[in-house]
Amino acid sequence: MVKHMTRNRRSFLKLAGAAIALSIAPLKLLAEFVRPEKALAATDLDGVFAQLGTPTDSDQIMLESPDIAENGAVVPVGVTSNIPGTSKIYVVIEKNPNPLAAAFAIPEGTEAFVQTRVKVAQTSPIYAVVEAGGKLYKTSRETKVTLGGCGG
Amino acid sequence: MAGQIRIRAKLEGDVAEVKALMRHPMETGQRKDSAGNKIPAHFITQVIAKMGDKVVLESQWGAAVSQNPFLSFRVKGAKAGDTITVEWLDNKGETDSGEAVVK
Repeated sequence: MVKHMTRNRRSFLKLAGAAIALSIAPLKLLAEFVRPEKALAATDLDGVFAQLGTPTDSDQIMLESPDIAENGAVVPVGVTSNIPGTSKIYVVIEKNPNPLAAAFAIPEGTEAFVQTRVKVAQTSPIYAVVEAGGKLYKTSRETKVTLGGCGG
Repeated sequence: MAGQIRIRAKLEGDVAEVKALMRHPMETGQRKDSAGNKIPAHFITQVIAKMGDKVVLESQWGAAVSQNPFLSFRVKGAKAGDTITVEWLDNKGETDSGEAVVK
């Protein structure tokens, strides 16, 4: 009986150890791209740009976003950059509680293009911010929201 | 790598257009349930995509990406038969993945 319990305890410890290893390992999911923690936590546009840097306007960024979104919970956004050396693309929704929605690192060999769907809390300019050669560029378009994306 | 992410990778010339659909509630942490209690934040924070062993896209997300996230990107130098994998990690340490063969 005592032997049995010892074995159970061992196997439990082994299992627990494996569970801990599993829960730690995925935190290293990304190879190189460090999470822009402060920019993601910023609560206004100035706060985001204070962390990322201030972008200059560029007509070499194509931002596809709807003029009017009936459902702010699902707004399709596409960004294409024609700026050589584009290494990052940021999607920023000015009037959201945390404007920076998503950041993408584009390695060489991947086109400077991403498409996703985001929540837009209220009518707001959407910014596509691009990093290329260590400099930041932006373009923006306003999306009118009929039904907010963060309500409930 | 048998996950729930649905991926399609379509070859056009030597570019693979990848479309991935993930399953996730993407809770912002700002919503309340009918009893007025805050629903805890639960959202994907990181997504990585690879073609074979090569990283082709890395992303860091906030909670503003929509529920059941969609992600599309284009990888140059692809050929039919290449394998695309996508994997995510959320703020609770949960992960999911998926893979597709370029066609």
